[in-house]
Amino acid sequence: MAAPAQSVTVPAISSRLLLLSGLSVALLLLLAYLVGFDQGAVSQSGMYLHELMHDGRHLLGVPCH
Amino acid sequence: MRTFGQLLVRGLIVGLFAGLLAGTFAYVMGEPRVDAAIAIEEANAGAHTHDHGDEHAASSSEEEAPLVSRSGQKAGLFLATGLSGVALGGIFAVGFTLLRRKLRTGNDAYAALGLAAAGFIGIVLVPFLKYPPNPPAVGDPETITRRTVTYLLTIVIGLLAVCAGVALSRWAARYGDVARLAGGVVGLVVTVVAAYLILPRINEVPDTFPATLLWQFRFASLGTQATLWLLLGFGYAATVARRPSEQKVNA
Repeated sequence: MAAPAQSVTVPAISSRLLLLSGLSVALLLLLAYLVGFDQGAVSQSGMYLHELMHDGRHLLGVPCH
Repeated sequence: MRTFGQLLVRGLIVGLFAGLLAGTFAYVMGEPRVDAAIAIEEANAGAHTHDHGDEHAASSSEEEAPLVSRSGQKAGLFLATGLSGVALGGIFAVGFTLLRRKLRTGNDAYAALGLAAAGFIGIVLVPFLKYPPNPPAVGDPETITRRTVTYLLTIVIGLLAVCAGVALSRWAARYGDVARLAGGVVGLVVTVVAAYLILPRINEVPDTFPATLLWQFRFASLGTQATLWLLLGFGYAATVARRPSEQKVNA
């Protein structure tokens, strides 16, 4: 039924892979939070980064004030 | 076979370029609308500058220079879209790594394109249709927490709806190709419509806000995100695709 995966380029699922995946996603979500939602608590820049990325937030569809 | 690191780095790089080009789209198509909306916002609030302050308490005595100038914010647009691209590209790459074996195609490029389409529908389209993005001058600052939570909820629901579509599509596949496609659409649409009915309705667009400007802004926002996901999908597909010469050697 399933088409055989002829050219599987990805490594086999292992606990090490899952750990690396989890860590990467956590860091990347933090980055996304920094752009989309942070108001200085994470960036420690006051509202500077928040204001700097104001237009991007609006145009990326994130709710903003 | 490629290592996790190779797959991830490709996603980060492709995401960065996709984000910067989406930023270019946003700069050309979106910034004029943001400027127009801010002009309305400033007219509404008297001379109050756009600094996320409490607009209800805005008074001339509280006025201060904005933390970042408008031209600074226009440069910051590229920072925001670039970093978003990196984040989404990396998460996309992790998703590709973990889900590749579950995708029923022998072609890695098709797998990447399918995953990008799924991501665009779940992360962009489903939230967009329920809670369309708003320009400055629209939105009550006091409801921002509620709007943020419902927005994030629509992303989760969007991704679940895609999964529901895939699951139903695979189940219906035994009845033929048309059933397979119809199953996918039904699974997706039913989940999304049910969620739309349950989620709270939010409309904070003032009656006086120009409808054309609102439409143009939202279209620019959708275009920005579509640009990002299109480039991410095709870019990542290109980096994992095997060249014809490589394919012959491995076959």
